Amino acid sequence: MSARRIFARPARFAAIAPYVWMVLFFLVPFIFVLKISLSQTVIARPPYTPVFDFTAGWAAIEQALGALSIDNFRLLVSDDLYVLAYVRSLVVALISTSILLLIGYPIAYGMARLPKRWQPLAMMLVIVPFWTSFLIRIYAWINILQHDGLLNQLLLALHLVAQPVVWLSTDSAMYLGIVYSYLPFMILPLYATLTKMEPALEEAAADLGASPREVFWLVTFPLSLPGVGAGVLLCFIPIVGEFVIPDLLAGSNSLMIGQTLWLEFFNNKDWPVASATAIVLLVLLIAPLLLYDRLQRRQLEAK
Amino acid sequence: MAEKVSKSETASEPVKIEPRVLPVVKPEPAPQANMPLLRIEDVGKKFGSFRAVDRVSLDIAAGEFFALLGPSGCGKTTLLRMLAGFETPDEGRILLGGRDIAQVLPHERPVNMMFQNYALFPHLNVRDNIAFGLRRAGMARAEINTRVAEMVALVKLDGLEKRKPDQLSGGQRQRVALARSLARRPQVLLLDEPLAALDKKLRESTQFELMELQRRLGMTFIIVTHDQDEAMTVASRIGVMAAGRLDQVATPRELYEAPLSRWIAEFIGEINLFEGQVETRGHDRIVVSSRDAGTLAVAEPRNPVTRTTVSVAVRPEKVKLSRRGPVADGAGNQAINRLEGVIADISYLGGLTVYKVRLDSGAFLRSSMANTARIDIDAYSLSQRVVAWFTPDDCLVLEQ
Repeated sequence: MSARRIFARPARFAAIAPYVWMVLFFLVPFIFVLKISLSQTVIARPPYTPVFDFTAGWAAIEQALGALSIDNFRLLVSDDLYVLAYVRSLVVALISTSILLLIGYPIAYGMARLPKRWQPLAMMLVIVPFWTSFLIRIYAWINILQHDGLLNQLLLALHLVAQPVVWLSTDSAMYLGIVYSYLPFMILPLYATLTKMEPALEEAAADLGASPREVFWLVTFPLSLPGVGAGVLLCFIPIVGEFVIPDLLAGSNSLMIGQTLWLEFFNNKDWPVASATAIVLLVLLIAPLLLYDRLQRRQLEAK
Repeated sequence: MAEKVSKSETASEPVKIEPRVLPVVKPEPAPQANMPLLRIEDVGKKFGSFRAVDRVSLDIAAGEFFALLGPSGCGKTTLLRMLAGFETPDEGRILLGGRDIAQVLPHERPVNMMFQNYALFPHLNVRDNIAFGLRRAGMARAEINTRVAEMVALVKLDGLEKRKPDQLSGGQRQRVALARSLARRPQVLLLDEPLAALDKKLRESTQFELMELQRRLGMTFIIVTHDQDEAMTVASRIGVMAAGRLDQVATPRELYEAPLSRWIAEFIGEINLFEGQVETRGHDRIVVSSRDAGTLAVAEPRNPVTRTTVSVAVRPEKVKLSRRGPVADGAGNQAINRLEGVIADISYLGGLTVYKVRLDSGAFLRSSMANTARIDIDAYSLSQRVVAWFTPDDCLVLEQ
């Protein structure tokens, strides 16, 4: 298709634009990473081998292809370090997402039940933390949680503890940081679903003899499931790959997969293993991503 | 519905409804004799400084089809919502079978409501929507199945039990909503603009179905509507509301022929109004002199007229037109009100033709005539000079 025809048909261009984007910025980088994950590490530049030289003729390419191996993936499966990191990432994401849902749902529900004129303000309050850089907010938590931080000073002043408590570099601090950072991503889709719900539905349920508890579990909650799904996946997927929060707030005795990847890449300079780690993480997350995609499609069809 | 005529015939045997107190309802004190089923006593509700319902009192007997009629914002929906329990009155009592239910929660009232946009549960199919209230009442599974089947047959939804609400037409959704609200056999069924979402033809046929259903079940229905035609069609009694107050409670005929105020007269149907001063009283006549229509004789109303400035009201169909006047038409009554003018406008509406007559005073008078003959060689034409006339019994005096 010539450039002139593309501009003559903006609609067609708009239709292929997402695919161009996906190929350029997702598929091509993915192929690079996949290729590196099948390579071996060497002390050189670039730090892996084989390197494809497309000017050297077909035989050279064939030879390079032959040099690719799945050794790195074998390593990931055989070494406990990696398996444990994956398991820990999934467990941390699961626990965090559960806490987020338990905290986020009541907040979203409360927001949706506020008088209409107060709702924009409540929405603002949820979004306001985004105005400060994410890193600064995590550093602020370090300040609060450290040995002589605000939290310990407060507890000591109130005589609730005799000694400063160790908060920082614990799993609790990490969960606190994750829940704090991801809460808006849980609240917003839930709020969007709950606020769209016709109030007459809950009244109809009450009118038909449902107690407030039954109204919630038989009508409100089932109808908010699309929002629950969106919120859970919006939180779960990035938390699995989370690097900054566990690195800054959690202890160093067990690592999440994001940290492992970072170490392989920057400390060990082992690009191939780091790439393999990333590929496995991606495969692990494809299942929930597909689920999210299907949920969204079903919601669109319902409209 | 036309294709289901045979079905409705078989279904028109009276459905047996045994009075059944739902388990959630606490034992009630024995109703006193002459006590209406529902008594609304000085009920008021404010939203901020806005009086939505202003000390309304109303008795509704068992088996009535009662309509609350009024323009939007008149408080009729708020009153209905207080009966359902979604709003709590600030003052007054709501007695159902002698028990004050003003503070009882919605899910504990033996009253059900059909919502304006039906409020069907989108995640449940027709069957589960209808069974929702029965399950909450803790009814046995077999009994629920029987009752749902009965309701499905009652509203003619056979074969659609497994459909979700978004797979139904507007008319079918309306039926599901009706079946769902009737399933618990409430002592009172509240209907909030139940037909507003239907198109005109379907609305009219559904009005008659509602009436038939109400008669067959012998249940008490209270409908809220802003549509006077709908209220007049379905209800045995109508309460007209405006600005939070109940202005008149009467049968449709009384409301039309003897409205209590100018406002009600104008709200229900068309009417000609002439303002004037009371000249004389007595001999079962009142004579009013008006600027627009001269001297008018009106039959003495039931309540004695106390004011001097009044309005004379006459419905268009009571105003006859003739070319030469009433005497020539064979009515020799001296007291007949005669008004002369020219035809200013003609609206042909099929069954009726409405003539707008410009009186010699410059005021306008409407007269409607039934088109009883298919070919009317005697029809009036524009600018034609006519005599409009009506008897003292055809018109009434309104003080407010």
